[in-house]
Amino acid sequence: MATDAKAEGGLVFHPLDQFIVKPLFGDGPVHWYTPTNVTLWMGLAIFCIIGIFVMGSRGRATIPTRLQSIGELIYGFIYKMVEDVTGKDGVKYFPYIMTLFVFILFANYLALLPMSYSATSMIAVTAILGFGVFICVTILGFVLNGAAFLGLFWMKDAPLVLRPIIAVIEVISYFVRPVSHSIRLAGNIMAGHAVIKVFAGFAALTLVSPVAILGITAIYGLEVLVAGIQAYVFTILTCVYLKDALHPAH
Amino acid sequence: MATDTTEHAAGACVDAGGSAIGMPQLCADWMPNQIFWLVVSLIVIYFVLSRIALPRIGAVLAERSGTITNDIAKAEDLKIQATEAEAAYEKALADARAEASKIVAEARAAIQSDLDAELAKADEKISAQTAESEKAIADIRASAADSIKVVAKDVTKALVGAMGGTADAKTVTAAVTAKMKG
Repeated sequence: MATDAKAEGGLVFHPLDQFIVKPLFGDGPVHWYTPTNVTLWMGLAIFCIIGIFVMGSRGRATIPTRLQSIGELIYGFIYKMVEDVTGKDGVKYFPYIMTLFVFILFANYLALLPMSYSATSMIAVTAILGFGVFICVTILGFVLNGAAFLGLFWMKDAPLVLRPIIAVIEVISYFVRPVSHSIRLAGNIMAGHAVIKVFAGFAALTLVSPVAILGITAIYGLEVLVAGIQAYVFTILTCVYLKDALHPAH
Repeated sequence: MATDTTEHAAGACVDAGGSAIGMPQLCADWMPNQIFWLVVSLIVIYFVLSRIALPRIGAVLAERSGTITNDIAKAEDLKIQATEAEAAYEKALADARAEASKIVAEARAAIQSDLDAELAKADEKISAQTAESEKAIADIRASAADSIKVVAKDVTKALVGAMGGTADAKTVTAAVTAKMKG
């Protein structure tokens, strides 16, 4: 992108070009099965996950190696989160939540490498994640609790007059959940990356380039935090929604 | 997707220069691709984690906490044993101390009684010797008095003789004895 800007000889910003989906091999239309840069970076995330969780724990050492202790740390962190938020009966959903967490975490962090592709900034990706959680949790709620799951929307503590109104608000907020769940992740990642690209565009101007480079550094530092925090937020919200499905009574 | 002649895969979402038209996030042409690969990735990650990684890490963690619990229990046992050993040691030390002081007291008493006996014996000996000495002194004194008496008689006799008188032994003896007593 930087070469494009130079070639056109002026300040040309294409902060969103980094999100273009390209086929990996040759040019052509992007079919649903075409291996693209999305495939590449998701694949790299899978490689990192296998590297840390499978290769790292290969020794099964009682005194862990560094890689093994990273895996154990993440395992313990998510396991404790699932147990604390959803209770003992939520622990059997731990592998699903762990899958979501490590995918988002590694996609976010790999996206911070220069020239990389940030899969989690794509609305389609996060919408599948968010709506997937929403649909699974809703089905699970009805399967486990039957009609009692609707008690989630009926506040027994509230005065009788207010209950229908609260129920309407609760239903709306319940259906907004997947939207906010997915847009929060994609928005945060996309905004950070776009801002970095905008600063990078300004770096072409000699006069402001020190400020621009300082800005890139600062935003990058912020993005390192955001990458971890958004993965954490997505996961803990998933746990909270799962808790509602397991124990719908308030 | 009709014009694939340009360098870039121009389509509904990319212009001829290779830049995005609008937000690439909202390009419907690319969504099936992302969704497909996302689902593939999630399935792969889920199977890798749930079949291999998570059971293995869970087992390692369980084994470690088991080892730690065992070690702590063992340490607790050893601590109790150490406390017992210390108590036994203290008791042995106290016993030994008591024994030692008993032996010391016994020895002191024995020495004291020996000493007393020896002292008594020595006192006895001393008093016996003192009595003997006194007797010897008395004898000497008596013998000395007798000698003086004899000498005095002789001297008196000689003096009386020199004076020209005669003195019979009986009168001289009486006179000397009376003088000596006086």
